Amino acid sequence: MTEAAILSARGLTKEFKGFVAVNKVDLDVRRGSIHALIGPNGAGKTTCFNLLTKFLQPTSGAITYNGRDITGLSAADIARLGLVRSFQISAVFPNLTVLENVRIALQRRRGDSYDFWRSERVLREYDDEARSHIADVGLTAFTDERAGELSYGRKRALEIATTLALNPEMLLLDEPMAGMTQEDVERISALIRRIATNRTILMVEHNLSVVANLSDHITVLARGEVLAQGDYATVSKDPKVIDAYIGAGHG
Amino acid sequence: MTTTDTVSHVSAQPRDKAMGMPRHHMMIFIALFAAMLVAPFVLYPVFLMKVMCFALFAAAFNLLLGFGGLLSFGHAAYFGMASYVSAHAAKVWGLTPELAILSGTLVAMVLGAVIGSLAIRRQGIYFAMVTLAFAQMVYFFALQAPFTGGEDGIQAVPRGDLFGILSTRPDRTFYYVVLAITFGGVLAIYRIIHSPFGQVLKAIRENEPRSISLGYHVNRYKLAVFVISATFAGMAGATKALVFQLASLTDVYWTMSGEVVLMTLLGGMGTVFGPLLGAGIIVAMQNYFASFGAWVLIMQGIIFVLAVLLFREGIIGVLARWIKKPL
Repeated sequence: MTEAAILSARGLTKEFKGFVAVNKVDLDVRRGSIHALIGPNGAGKTTCFNLLTKFLQPTSGAITYNGRDITGLSAADIARLGLVRSFQISAVFPNLTVLENVRIALQRRRGDSYDFWRSERVLREYDDEARSHIADVGLTAFTDERAGELSYGRKRALEIATTLALNPEMLLLDEPMAGMTQEDVERISALIRRIATNRTILMVEHNLSVVANLSDHITVLARGEVLAQGDYATVSKDPKVIDAYIGAGHG
Repeated sequence: MTTTDTVSHVSAQPRDKAMGMPRHHMMIFIALFAAMLVAPFVLYPVFLMKVMCFALFAAAFNLLLGFGGLLSFGHAAYFGMASYVSAHAAKVWGLTPELAILSGTLVAMVLGAVIGSLAIRRQGIYFAMVTLAFAQMVYFFALQAPFTGGEDGIQAVPRGDLFGILSTRPDRTFYYVVLAITFGGVLAIYRIIHSPFGQVLKAIRENEPRSISLGYHVNRYKLAVFVISATFAGMAGATKALVFQLASLTDVYWTMSGEVVLMTLLGGMGTVFGPLLGAGIIVAMQNYFASFGAWVLIMQGIIFVLAVLLFREGIIGVLARWIKKPL
């Protein structure tokens, strides 16, 4: 399994002053799979996620991506390697238009945009491509709206369009369904399944049921440690998992 | 794209642009320029030059605060240090005005790079405090260093001959030099705001973690905009030293940092024209109400409180919302 893994963590540990949030987590995300990282509140999912995306620096342990050790890289650097994350709270640029939001991602292709002397007209070459990404998530009617004015579900869709504009090899989604209506959950689930066809996805979710039909592989965390791994059928019947969820007050 | 400002609701508008600028911006710039061309025949030129220096200072500050999302509370350091260097260069080294201003500007740029690279490691209020602390260090340097003249400052600075040929001693002559510098600076800042670089800046201002996750090294952008802002602030200070033929501790004191914050907020932070108007209002108040003495400060304080309570977007910000066009 290790050789097919696109992202691996070994002995991943994060301590905050006397408190171990993530404890020696081993994780392998298979190339091309949809992998879910779940667990009750306080299980260390988000910390683990932030470690993998380099928004936090692990206390110890190693992370490899495509066979390359990325433990010491910055968050911006790993994004450049094709490992792009989303955020739990919707991450749009509220005072930019939908088009500009997506273009910020496409603009990355120019390398660093330090050219402060040039007119932003040079960015128009990305407009058509941005529009096609916007159309992909069904936001064409809102292309020139301010992103801040969109509904919650549409902000998430815009976020996905922006992420996809980078054409990342691997996506890390932080609770993509959090706070969504049932209708939105289905829309986003379908979208995730569609974009997963030639990509790897690792998603953090709180609810086991949400990921049931979506993920190929599930890792359950509890108290900062890996409790169980496997597909939904295996994991959902695991007495330790049932116990952890019921023990934490969730069904 | 037509517009990118914080207040833009109407970016969908057809491309009513001339030279990469929305038409109404172009018209405001032309009107302003025309008005400033004839203004010295109506108003006192030194007063107008002061307004312009502060307008450029506020525009530079607004680039950092309104577009970079970074609140510096130490911009007097660049303004004041540049004014000392420019005064010293003109008086002691006998440089022509354009070279004196240039040397002041360059010193501000270097100072901005040094302080900026340390300050951007912190965020929010800590960033503001670090910039203030460094600015106070610069103030004490200015107080103690022999070349600044301590409490006296550098007085009787000769304006010299522009490019060694045109005497800028008459206020009306120097006025047009200052006008050229101010417009050049403000237009350069305008271009920076509306560049690919400016677009990334706005993204960082709006959502820093997201910008990182898209692969932008945000600290490098922050440092770049900090240095650019310090440079233009220096340009304003260097010019001001020649206008008043004086560099003094006032220019480098922390109240100067506060004044530029006030100008920017009053006019409208994150707008193009707000800082210019804010500078005009504050300088006019100081000038025409000078006879009220310390009451001017109290009035400034009241205006500041009102601005924060009633129109947070500033005068131009509110105006832009009314006409539904970014200004």
